[in-house]
Amino acid sequence: MSADATTSTGTADDTAASETTGTTEGTTGTAVADWRGVASEEQDELSEKVSVLLRARSRRLLGDLLSPHRRAIALLTGIIVVSNAAGLAIPYLVKVGIDAGIPPMLKGSGPATLLTVIGVILAAAVTQALTRQAFLQLSGKIGQGILLELRRRVFDHFQRLSLSFHEKYTSGRVISRLTSDIEAIAELLQSGFDSLVTAVLTLFGTAVLLLVLDVHLGLVALLPLPVLLLVTRWFRRQSAIVYRRTRETVALVIVHFVESMTGIRAVQAFRREPRNQEIFTRLNDDYRGANARSMQLVALFTPGIKLIGNLTVGGVLLYGGWLALHGEVTVGVLAAFLLYLRQFYEPMQEISQFYNTLQSAGAALEKLSGVLEEEPSVPEPREPEPLAEPRGEVRFERVRFAYVEEMPILPGLDLTIPAGQSVALVGATGAGKTTLAKLISRFYDPTGGRVLLDGVDLRRLDEATLRSAVVMVTQENFLFSGTVADNIRFGRPEATDRQVREAARAIGAHDFIAALPDGYDTEVGKRGGRMSAGQRQLVAFARAFLADPAVLILDEATSSLDVPSERLVQRALRTILADRTALIIAHRLSTVEIADRVLVMDRGEIVEDGAPDRLIAASGRFAGLHRAWLESLS
Amino acid sequence: MKSYLRPYVGKLVLIWLVAVLSIAASIVMPLIGKDVVDGPVRSGDSGALLPLGLLALGVGTAEAVLIFLRRWTQVGPVLGLETRIRDDLYAHLQRLPMAFHGEWQSGQLLSRATTDLSTIRRFLGFGMLFLVMNVLQLTTVTVLLLNMYWPLGLLVAASAVPIVLVSMRFEKRYIKISRQVQDEQGDLATLVEESAIGIRTIKAFGRRHHVYDRYDDAALKVYRTSMDKVRLSARFFTFLEVIPNFTLALVLLLGALAVGSGALTLGTLVAFTTMMLQLVWPIASLGYILAMAQESMTSADRVMEVMDTVPAIQGGTAVIENPRGHLRFEGVEFRFPGAEQPVLRDVWLDVRPGETIAIVGATGSGKTTLTAMVPRLVDPTAGRVTIDGHDVRDLTLPALRQVVATAFEEPTLFSMSVRENLTLGRHDATEEELEDAIRTAQAMFVHDLPWGLDTRIGEQGMSLSGGQRQRLALARAVLNRPRILVLDDTLSALDVETEALVEQALRHVLRDATGIVVAHRASTVLLADKVALLSGGTITHVGRHHELLAEVPAYRELLAQDADLDPSEGALR
Repeated sequence: MSADATTSTGTADDTAASETTGTTEGTTGTAVADWRGVASEEQDELSEKVSVLLRARSRRLLGDLLSPHRRAIALLTGIIVVSNAAGLAIPYLVKVGIDAGIPPMLKGSGPATLLTVIGVILAAAVTQALTRQAFLQLSGKIGQGILLELRRRVFDHFQRLSLSFHEKYTSGRVISRLTSDIEAIAELLQSGFDSLVTAVLTLFGTAVLLLVLDVHLGLVALLPLPVLLLVTRWFRRQSAIVYRRTRETVALVIVHFVESMTGIRAVQAFRREPRNQEIFTRLNDDYRGANARSMQLVALFTPGIKLIGNLTVGGVLLYGGWLALHGEVTVGVLAAFLLYLRQFYEPMQEISQFYNTLQSAGAALEKLSGVLEEEPSVPEPREPEPLAEPRGEVRFERVRFAYVEEMPILPGLDLTIPAGQSVALVGATGAGKTTLAKLISRFYDPTGGRVLLDGVDLRRLDEATLRSAVVMVTQENFLFSGTVADNIRFGRPEATDRQVREAARAIGAHDFIAALPDGYDTEVGKRGGRMSAGQRQLVAFARAFLADPAVLILDEATSSLDVPSERLVQRALRTILADRTALIIAHRLSTVEIADRVLVMDRGEIVEDGAPDRLIAASGRFAGLHRAWLESLS
Repeated sequence: MKSYLRPYVGKLVLIWLVAVLSIAASIVMPLIGKDVVDGPVRSGDSGALLPLGLLALGVGTAEAVLIFLRRWTQVGPVLGLETRIRDDLYAHLQRLPMAFHGEWQSGQLLSRATTDLSTIRRFLGFGMLFLVMNVLQLTTVTVLLLNMYWPLGLLVAASAVPIVLVSMRFEKRYIKISRQVQDEQGDLATLVEESAIGIRTIKAFGRRHHVYDRYDDAALKVYRTSMDKVRLSARFFTFLEVIPNFTLALVLLLGALAVGSGALTLGTLVAFTTMMLQLVWPIASLGYILAMAQESMTSADRVMEVMDTVPAIQGGTAVIENPRGHLRFEGVEFRFPGAEQPVLRDVWLDVRPGETIAIVGATGSGKTTLTAMVPRLVDPTAGRVTIDGHDVRDLTLPALRQVVATAFEEPTLFSMSVRENLTLGRHDATEEELEDAIRTAQAMFVHDLPWGLDTRIGEQGMSLSGGQRQRLALARAVLNRPRILVLDDTLSALDVETEALVEQALRHVLRDATGIVVAHRASTVLLADKVALLSGGTITHVGRHHELLAEVPAYRELLAQDADLDPSEGALR
């Protein structure tokens, strides 16, 4: 298990999420069994078969990744053959040395032959060393090159995919793809590839050499080969099952552990410790069971191979000794056989160990190729239209939107927001306010009708143009690790320090930032953990202000602020919104005060539309909401 | 550590015994080969061949059986040890207070519970055994070789020295560079995490390229360090193969010369070469195992560091039989370790049974710390908190936490069923109680989830909105039917209509229980009978909402949303 501190939370969730629980938890007492609850089955886990025989798309990806390295791979093949030939030659040369080098010496005719043989052995050793070095370096380089390319490709592709994809796919799985899956492939490239190639070449090379040395003895030595293959196949199948089980159980242990620790406040406050311990002990025991099974498998397999190997050596000794006795083979051949047989059986163990690596890398490749085949549902236009000076006029023309066709969120919306107008959007949860915002920022495309910015269909604007014109600030503002200044500058990466400060000042965040230990250079901590929700929100505002868009969308952007901060932001908003189009969504009507126009939405339709004072004066829904709000302030 | 091993003493003895025997068997094998060559083959005595051959088969079988026995017996103790330590570690971590968990990232704790324990397991299970076995094998074989023909024996023994030295040095550098790769991969993973979780922000600003460049830099760094690692291990593994081959050539040369001069038999030379190759692995792995030993020592230290931490908050012995819920803060002070200024100082507050008090204060004024003192998630650094006259530190933790329940602002949901998330510590809650709590918290949406109360929520299940999560947190607290209910800004993410419904239901609950409500909004404050204003680390005013609103400017500043809106610029009035 290679759960290192930083990635483990991400890597674990896949296997756990993909398990259909409730039914699979086992039979020991429902009290423990059903705690996880039911979740829909994920498509991540693949059936056993695919992991060896890759699907077409994985093969395509593999070919694609390998093709730039074609020449290097050809060279590599040459090198490895030479290297193995040199390595295999050495025991053979020992045989020659014993058989051909020693008799002349015993006869007293000098060590000439022996010295030649020794010279050749040394040459072979040097050749092997050099080629091996070259092989390891070259294969390492190819492997790392492929990894880098894969990392880049998958990351870039995820960033291209639309928000709708990410909402379905969830961040946990994105992280798994880019960490544990890539690492599974890295593992294969780093250790597995080398041992596989060496093992296979050694196996074949040795078999051929044994037969060349002496056909009869060679056949005897290879006699157990079918048994060996059968045993290996059995082990491979068993270990695939066990390996899967180990991964599943460890994932559950990790998830439960991490959640208990991150949620320790709730655990202690609600006296959950005994129940948690009960669950953990059981998960831990499951994991132990899976590990025990895998150790038992190895405990059977390794001595099994050893037994076959030793029996063969014994057999070769007997038969070879008998042959030598009758002068049919030389002592040198016998010695060479004993040396080769050692080499023959060791790699068999490695191939089997390696099978797990191969399998998980295959599965990882399947998942990655699946991701790479996803098409962005909000595609970039082929011939983007320029938008030189966006003014910020937004128009909805018969816009229809539905996640599920039977339940449209927006049945058909017509709306024009003139450039520079501030519009407040009011309505109950599920009325379609956020959908409207997401359509303007083109996180989604409408299922019918069009959304226009300054008369241009959003679908005809490229990403850079659209994003510089339209920016959305939501409640779940996200801070990246780095300094406060870095985070504000995210709105406009080329901004100077002065511009960053000015943006903060304009939004009223300067004072609190200046009071931080390192001012603008204060690290915000992981996901802004060192700052309060309100402070994070102010930074997010400064970021949006620095981006200076023609259209600004605020979706519940002030709801996590306390009253003094909210007041601060609202004061700032008056200046900021003065000359740009704004769409403000808020539960709390205090935010609505700064709007020029209020839209009340209900089930995807606009039911009231007008200036705030006019709507309050009328006796519609907004007037009612406003009255309730005033009462709550009393 | 000893107490963990005690149950397995018998098995451990067996394992060591078997291990030593299997080494003996593996050494005997080549010796038989020697006897075959020197005996029957040379003398042409076919009668002696059969027993020797059968002996070889017997010893070979015995070696395999012994290996099997060792490995099979190992499973129980090795895994049993790891599992038990992990259980204990988890139990201990659950006992450690919030202050500890605030300092330690869960990832750091996880790596102790997984990676470090596995390292220890591997060393105890294999490393230690192999260390002793290898040294044993090495000395025995070297002695044998020296006995057979000392010049060659010496040569072989000498060739071991550079291998052990180089592999130790290599392992040290390899571990260092592996750590570096791991760290850099960690940094890369952080970027991946941010790019996945912050995808909305990235998309909203169209900063795909910006993020990609950052990621690419980190990926290139991983690439470069990995290449260093490749080069390092390429050199080492090459070295590892070269030395034995050179030694083999030398052995052959000297051996052949010795055979020529009659100092060595042919059979001995054959045995020599086989035995020599047998030594390559034990020698090479010696460095590896020594490094592993070092690593597992570090791991053990890391685990013990946590295990040796004494829980700063431990329960007392008293139990309140029939709690009324009379809560008092008496001169409470709280100061972070090493901080100059206390967060809270000299806080006095009396909440009578059944009364509800709202705590209002600016962000960072210590409201949450104050409420966390009641269930002893933190302890005051001076003064005391009492319930019905008992210092909370005298009560057992389960008894205390049965009296108090808290609904947190940022509710933690576990990747479990809704039911499990609601019951948490109250596994004995009946369906009716559950239903009551759900209704009180206006959390009826749970019935609309695909599998109702059995639906898995949390990170690995259905995702819920902020408002839905808060309502579950509330239901969770209500289900405990506490005498003292703490609401830590629990309603902030609800929309106005739901908030009104929840508040109405809460009034029922708060009628019977003592309540503490941390509030940012006037609407929430109205749940309380009176309000305490927390300012400058202490409670400056206690009174009714309207009184404070009228009389205390600082209070007005915090709660009145229209406080500074000049009539001339306010659109709504």
